[in-house]
Amino acid sequence: MKINRQDVENVALLSRLEMTAEELEAYSGQLNAILEYVDVLNKLDTTGIEPTAHVLQLKNVMRPDEVKPSLPQELALSNAPEAEDGYFKVPKVMEG
Amino acid sequence: MELFKHTVHALHGMLVKKDISAVELAKSVFARTDAVEPQIRSYITETREQALAQAVAVDAKITRGEAIAPLAGIPGALKDNICTKGIKTTCASKILANFVPPYNATVVDKLAAQDAVLTGKANCDEFAMGGSTENSGFFVTHNPWDTERVPGGSSGGSASSVAAGQAIWALGSDTGGSIRQPAAYCGNVGLKPTYGRVSRYGLVAYASSLDQLGPITRDVTDSALVLNAIAGYDAKDSTSINAETPDYTKALVQDVKGLKIGLPKEYFGAGIQPEVAAAIKRAIDQLTAMGAEVKEVSLPHTEYALPAYYLIAPAEASSNLARYDGVGFGHRAPGNDIIEMYKKTRSEGFGPEVKRRIMLGTYALSSGYYDAYYLKALQVRTLVKQDFDKVFAEVDILITPTAPTTAFKIGELSDPLAMYLQDICTIPINLAGLPGISIPCGFVAGLPVGMQIIGKPLAEATIIQAAYAFEQANDYHTRFAPLGEV
Amino acid sequence: MNYETVIGLEVHSELKTKSKIFCGCSTKFGSDQNTNVCPVCLGLPGVLPVINEKVVEFAVRAGLALNCKILPFSKFDRKNYYYPDLPKNYQTSQYDLPIAVDGYLDIEVNGETKRIGITRVHMEEDAGKLVHSGTINNSEYALVDYNRTGVPLIEIVSEPDLRSPEEAKAYLEKMKSILQYIDVSDCKMEEGSLRCDANISLRPVGTETLGTKAELKNLNSFRAVQRGLEYEVERQTEVLGDGGHIIQETRSWDEGKGVTLSMRNKEQAHDYRYFPEPELVPIVVDPAKVESIRANLPEMPDARKVRLMADHGLSAYDAETIIASRAMADYYDATVKAGADAKTAANWLMGEVSKHLNAANKAVEECPVTPPQLASLVGLIAKGTISGKIAKTVFEGMWDSGKDAEAIVKEQGLVQISDEGAIVAIVDGAIAANPQSVADFKAGKEKAIGFLVGQVMKQSKGRANPELVNKLLKERLALL
Repeated sequence: MKINRQDVENVALLSRLEMTAEELEAYSGQLNAILEYVDVLNKLDTTGIEPTAHVLQLKNVMRPDEVKPSLPQELALSNAPEAEDGYFKVPKVMEG
Repeated sequence: MELFKHTVHALHGMLVKKDISAVELAKSVFARTDAVEPQIRSYITETREQALAQAVAVDAKITRGEAIAPLAGIPGALKDNICTKGIKTTCASKILANFVPPYNATVVDKLAAQDAVLTGKANCDEFAMGGSTENSGFFVTHNPWDTERVPGGSSGGSASSVAAGQAIWALGSDTGGSIRQPAAYCGNVGLKPTYGRVSRYGLVAYASSLDQLGPITRDVTDSALVLNAIAGYDAKDSTSINAETPDYTKALVQDVKGLKIGLPKEYFGAGIQPEVAAAIKRAIDQLTAMGAEVKEVSLPHTEYALPAYYLIAPAEASSNLARYDGVGFGHRAPGNDIIEMYKKTRSEGFGPEVKRRIMLGTYALSSGYYDAYYLKALQVRTLVKQDFDKVFAEVDILITPTAPTTAFKIGELSDPLAMYLQDICTIPINLAGLPGISIPCGFVAGLPVGMQIIGKPLAEATIIQAAYAFEQANDYHTRFAPLGEV
Repeated sequence: MNYETVIGLEVHSELKTKSKIFCGCSTKFGSDQNTNVCPVCLGLPGVLPVINEKVVEFAVRAGLALNCKILPFSKFDRKNYYYPDLPKNYQTSQYDLPIAVDGYLDIEVNGETKRIGITRVHMEEDAGKLVHSGTINNSEYALVDYNRTGVPLIEIVSEPDLRSPEEAKAYLEKMKSILQYIDVSDCKMEEGSLRCDANISLRPVGTETLGTKAELKNLNSFRAVQRGLEYEVERQTEVLGDGGHIIQETRSWDEGKGVTLSMRNKEQAHDYRYFPEPELVPIVVDPAKVESIRANLPEMPDARKVRLMADHGLSAYDAETIIASRAMADYYDATVKAGADAKTAANWLMGEVSKHLNAANKAVEECPVTPPQLASLVGLIAKGTISGKIAKTVFEGMWDSGKDAEAIVKEQGLVQISDEGAIVAIVDGAIAANPQSVADFKAGKEKAIGFLVGQVMKQSKGRANPELVNKLLKERLALL
């Protein structure tokens, strides 16, 4: 067993997903199968191998410090599910 | 022959000679869509009004005697994970069902600069996660060659629209094979450029270090023309290659004499459907007869590429998809507080495959597991890339099957892992950032077989030339899916 | 049991670039909500970041000013967590390869200099602002303004080398001074361009192991930092004294109540799942560029203070006051360079100039009197053309009109009368007009001369040279 129900619950919380008990069961099974499969990577000795985070060898890609036009406020808010007075509106937020 | 059956280059000639008008062409494509869309379901959104307006403008240019670009007036579809200003862009997800981008992807601007005509936004697997388009949050797309089968994925709608004549060209995106595999299943030419060759600005990110945009077309010439239109450095994309873009049509030369072709033995193993392997072998024989030199090579870490991908891609995706939370855009489910809102919104908005990958990715990055999973996968990626670097010192291109089988039936692969295994031939190419093209090389029981040609970084011209030479020595590119009567 | 206080500070400073770290939106403070935003800083689907080169330059400059080593290879990472002020629900920051490491700054407390280690300096993007209806605990909804998302920040982490709240305050003041000196930030805590979180723990004196720390947040001013830490020292001492244990937690400083409050029950286990930012490529700073930035660093506050004391003979207090802000220090140097006497220039800056700036709510950079103009005013006093007192009037005129000292003096006819003959005439006049004062003075009331001096000055409209007036008055009175 690579990943148990508690792990899946924790991961679901970290991902801000909620699920029923049945879904939890189903996902646990599927995730387990996948993790069993990817476990084959542990057969490989990768000591001293540099990880590749970027396949291109690019460095120092930057832009000059120039101000460009911003979006007009209405367009910025055009997709907002809820807005008020030019702000995005969200349900109450606990300090965290 | 009906207009919608022609290629970009043929239609361009007709427009220039004023044998047809762009409006006529657009209407031909619309009529075809009316006829076949109920069976195929390529489109999430159609943009007919805008398309006609674009066509009218092109006709005006032609009337004025102005020169027109190769794609001018030619109707094409865009995968629905490419942002189009003012036009709904959903990524085939309920969570973006009402999202209208206030900006264009760079490739959209580049296509507009050529006066290309946009037919609509094509269906795909949700957030480009899948190999069949069955993961679309809205509906399944059907393969024009056999409507009980999948068109492939994740760019299924892009491939089906071209195969069915509902678009003359299309753009797809490819993270683990999502342009090449649907092109193979639908009998099209699908090209995934070198990572960084085409700007990703405006492509909704799935796995940032693997995603690339590319053309899906009827033939190799069209592929070169569309690539010409979209390739090039973009200052808005930090991973964009700042190198000159050659004119890819110059590679449309029927010559493979002396071309060194490598056949990686790991791609011809037990997992490949025997008829598919046979079709590839026949193609190789033909290329040999045309003067190419073929040798067997080895990419020893191939079996580790897929597991590595299924850690790296979900990891990046888990972070890229965190922004879909109901706050600034997209679907929002009501909640008493923000956390409840986040959870309900995302649980309602995402489909099961997306949730699976988000959780897998979150797990792979989480405290205590990062080294064993994510970091390990990045190290394996280095080994996979090194394998390619080594063989490319000896050969110019590699040829493999694009997919282990021909198109499977809708609903056939219900096990997620079984679905993942469809990507074994295409994934390593994304890990290494190489260019790859899939072209039709035969048929098995009436279903297209795709042959994949892989090149060195920035060697699109080389793979285009090899593909063109093979294509012109055969007639697969002239075959049309036998879809109903018109 | 005697406990030693151990404090480490994390300072966030907004960099004063014109545009944001990853997009071209303006960083201007105080704009209307959601008017300095674009698809990139809003984190819309499909967008990509591109690093602002000035941010890297400023971060290197800050690292060098804090005596750090600039890492030859540096990269960005994602810090993943959900919060509505973070559009993408991750912050692009730097994790294991920050731009600068292993530095220090020196502070002075009670006349002693102490070196505080700096662990690292790294670049990251700022989040937006939440406005709550009511207070954060009882509001039904919140409003989000993303103007601030993407404003570039540097985070500066100190070693746990501070041993008192007073040292912490001194560290912050020094940090602010340095960052302003190198012109990377305007460091206004009230505008949020300088923020501070503190880690504090206690351990028995003489031991090495660090105690359990509390992290303090919501310290919105230097005063709050000091008071918050003082409160924590008391609280932790009490807990430990009662035989209890300190819980590792985040505590919020409540300015009104003067206490820190636990935020633990609202905390979630944060697993930030750091991984390399795939949309950005690494930074490899050219050593030549680093040296060029180092060479172009301005003279730092400590070095300036030494120079002002050694070369200009200023007192420690005066030097410290002058160098408190770079603008003031630059103004002073320019004034002295234009020919003014050092001590006089210092006095004028700390006196009349500061008084006028404060009253007009202007910064030194906005002073309508330029250093050369101030220098020439000082010069006129030195030459005896005007008295120190008249000079104040002249300064007023210069401030209001922008004209040079000479022009004001000429216009208002303020040239000091130093001709003895002319003064004698006025002195004799005052003596003649005030026989009672003369008699009082003769009778031994030394102070009566003050009145006569006043009369002479009044008669001369303040222009008579005061020393000469005194001298000549005494001489003329002696003749009687």
